[in-house]
Amino acid sequence: MRVAWPLAMLCAAWHATAQDTPLLSGGIAFLTSTNGGNTTYLPIMEPLLAAPIGNRLLIESRAALTESFTPNGNGQPGYNHTHFVGLTYLQGDYIAASHLTLVAGSFLTPFGTYNERLSPVWIGNLQDGPLIASLGTMGTGTGVGGELRGSAISRRKYSIDYVAYFSARSGNEQFNSERSTGGRASLYLPDSRLEVGISYGRLLQGTRENFYGTHVWWEPKGTAFRLRSEFARGHHAQGYWIEADYRTQAFGGLDSWIGRIEPVFRMQQTFRRDTIVSDGLPLVNTQRADFGLDYNLPHNTRILTSYSRQFSSAGDKNIWETGIVYRFLFPTWKGK
Amino acid sequence: MAPKHLLGFVLSLGAIFIPITDVVQAQKSSDRQTVVAQAPAKTAFTTNKTQPFHSEGERIFAQNCSRCHNAPDGFSPRISGTIVRHMRVRAQLSKHDEEELLRFFNP
Repeated sequence: MRVAWPLAMLCAAWHATAQDTPLLSGGIAFLTSTNGGNTTYLPIMEPLLAAPIGNRLLIESRAALTESFTPNGNGQPGYNHTHFVGLTYLQGDYIAASHLTLVAGSFLTPFGTYNERLSPVWIGNLQDGPLIASLGTMGTGTGVGGELRGSAISRRKYSIDYVAYFSARSGNEQFNSERSTGGRASLYLPDSRLEVGISYGRLLQGTRENFYGTHVWWEPKGTAFRLRSEFARGHHAQGYWIEADYRTQAFGGLDSWIGRIEPVFRMQQTFRRDTIVSDGLPLVNTQRADFGLDYNLPHNTRILTSYSRQFSSAGDKNIWETGIVYRFLFPTWKGK
Repeated sequence: MAPKHLLGFVLSLGAIFIPITDVVQAQKSSDRQTVVAQAPAKTAFTTNKTQPFHSEGERIFAQNCSRCHNAPDGFSPRISGTIVRHMRVRAQLSKHDEEELLRFFNP
C-alpha cells in the first residue's frame, strides 16, 4: 500500500510534458554524534518525489530511512541498532488561482521556518534541529488535513505570503498528527533581503494551548552571509535560536577552495514557564551554542562538522558531530 | 545567567557581528548575480554574487530559492517545470514568479 500510491501517481503523470517529468530528489547522509564519550552513527536517506499531473496538480512526498547505531552502554561492548522507515509527508497540491494553492493530505506543520524549510538533511547547516523545533509543530511536525497557501501580494519592492491549515487527529503509524489549526504570514523585502514573519498554532485536543512564533531572516545583498532566527512561545515554555553562516568571495569566489568553507554559528535558549511537560522542550532552562564548520564540495556534497556546548541545571555537556551529505536530483525515468 | 555563560554569549555575538561588518562593507561595492549556463543535457548553475541580475527570473531564483538552500550543481531540463511548480508551492511564489523562473531555467 505504501508503494502503491507513489506508483499510481507516477503512472498518472506518465504523459507529462517535456519539462514536467516527475523528479526524484533528496539526500543521503552518514552522520555521527559524540555525546559524553558515546558515539552514535546514523546513516540516513531522505528521498523526495514530486510528480506533476496536468497543469495544476502536484503530488509530492518525502520519506526517511534511517539506521541508528548506538553504544550498548553500562560497560557493555558493542552497539545496538534500530531502524526507521516512514513517510515524512505525502500531499497533493492544487494550484487553484494565481495567489492560492490548496493542499490536502499529510503535510509539514507550517509554524516558524525550521520544519518546512530547513529540516531536510540536505539543507540544514547543522545536524541537530533547534531545541524549540517541536514548539508549535504539534509534537509530530505533520498535520493530516488541508492547507491554503500562496503569495498574497508580490511586488518588486515587497511580497507577502501566507499559509493557513487545519489538521485532524490521526493515530496512523505513517500519518500521525494532532487535531490543530494555525498558520503563518511573512513579509519579504527584496531590496534589503529581509524577511519577517509571524506564526500561530492552536492545539485542539487534550490540554488546548496556543503557540506564537516570529522569525527574522536576513541575507544581505552581494554576500553569502545569512542570518536566520526564530522565537516561539507556548503555554509551558518558550525559546529562540539565531543562526549565522558565511562564505567568503574574497579569494576567487564561492567555488574556490576557500569559498567553499562555511562557518556556522547558532545560539539558542529555552525557558520553561512551568513544569508541565507537553511540548518536547528540555525540562529545565537550557542554553546551547553550536559552532559549525561546513565544507561545500562539488557535485552537491557537503561535509558538516560542529561542536556544541549545552548548559543547563541538569548538567553541562559537549556534543561533537560530523557528517557527509549528498544531495541528488534527477528525473524519475530516462527521456529521449 | 552565570558569568561564564555571559562570556560565551558575548563571544557568540562577536562571532555573528564580525561577518556582518564584512557584509556591510561588501554591500557598498558589490551586487549579487547567479549566472546560468545552458549545457546540452543539463542546466548548470554557478554562483557569482558580484554583478547585477540579467533577468527577472534570475532575481527570483537568487532571492527565493537560495534563501533556504544551495543551488544544485545542475539538473536535467526535463524536470525544470516540475522543480518550478514544486518551488511555487514550497516558496509560495506567485504565478508571475513561476513563469519568470521557468523562463530563466529554459532561456
